[in-house]
Amino acid sequence: MELPARTFRVTRADLVRYAGASGDFNPIHWSDRIATKVGLPGVIAHGMFTMALVGRALAEWAGAPDAVVDYGVRFTRPVVVPDDDEGTEIEVTAVVREVTEDGLTRLDITATCLGDKVLSQARATVRTSR
Amino acid sequence: MSLDPSYVGRTYPPTAPYQVGREKIREFATAIGATDPAHHDPEAARALGHPDVVAPPTFPFVVTMAATQQIVEDPAVGVDYSRVVHGDQRFAYTRPVVAGDELVCVSTIEDITNRGGHGFLTTRTDIATVAGEPVVAVWSKLVVRGEA
Repeated sequence: MELPARTFRVTRADLVRYAGASGDFNPIHWSDRIATKVGLPGVIAHGMFTMALVGRALAEWAGAPDAVVDYGVRFTRPVVVPDDDEGTEIEVTAVVREVTEDGLTRLDITATCLGDKVLSQARATVRTSR
Repeated sequence: MSLDPSYVGRTYPPTAPYQVGREKIREFATAIGATDPAHHDPEAARALGHPDVVAPPTFPFVVTMAATQQIVEDPAVGVDYSRVVHGDQRFAYTRPVVAGDELVCVSTIEDITNRGGHGFLTTRTDIATVAGEPVVAVWSKLVVRGEA
């Protein structure tokens, strides 16, 4: 079973807000000058911001904000966020791998940006019955 | 410069308690667009059986940042932070973090490998309340990129 796809728009303003909220002020997430100096195409989203957006999708799929019991990802590709009003988009889908008798659902997650996978080995276990 | 694998198994002293504030949870939830009332309204959180607003699933990463810094800045391990990229991240929850929690992190180096000129450092951070109640276990793999 495949869960309905979710699309998240990500702009520079989102990265600034996330930097402040998380305390991660690494300049590669807000300065093109620094990002290109270390060999990136430009400012990239925090990996943990992408992971947080997918976490939102997990909670919404499960229907509860406290449903996620295990959640892990590997960051494979940077999400480049251009300095314009549109930013970029992250698309998230998931497939149900297993539903256990004690009310847990195991999911395999796919997250892409412009068609490229930005996460791999992205898996979660969510509680689907209280 | 490669990482020293002899530090696998090293455990660091507990961090100073992190006081989880209601406004911090609201700010974090707003920054990631999480609008569920349980992240913002204590009454909505109580209706789900929690004492106060509930943090989104990746919030514990914020709590572990000081603990990770301990390891990254440990000169014995040999991490060059300017070359660090985030490899993997995982959370296994006993319960969600809620406002009012006072959380202590204990970090252990689970694995160090050097491969293809890069160093891979896996840490496990156990987050518990000051009373010793386990809350969430957090794994991070950092990749220290070799000189090109």
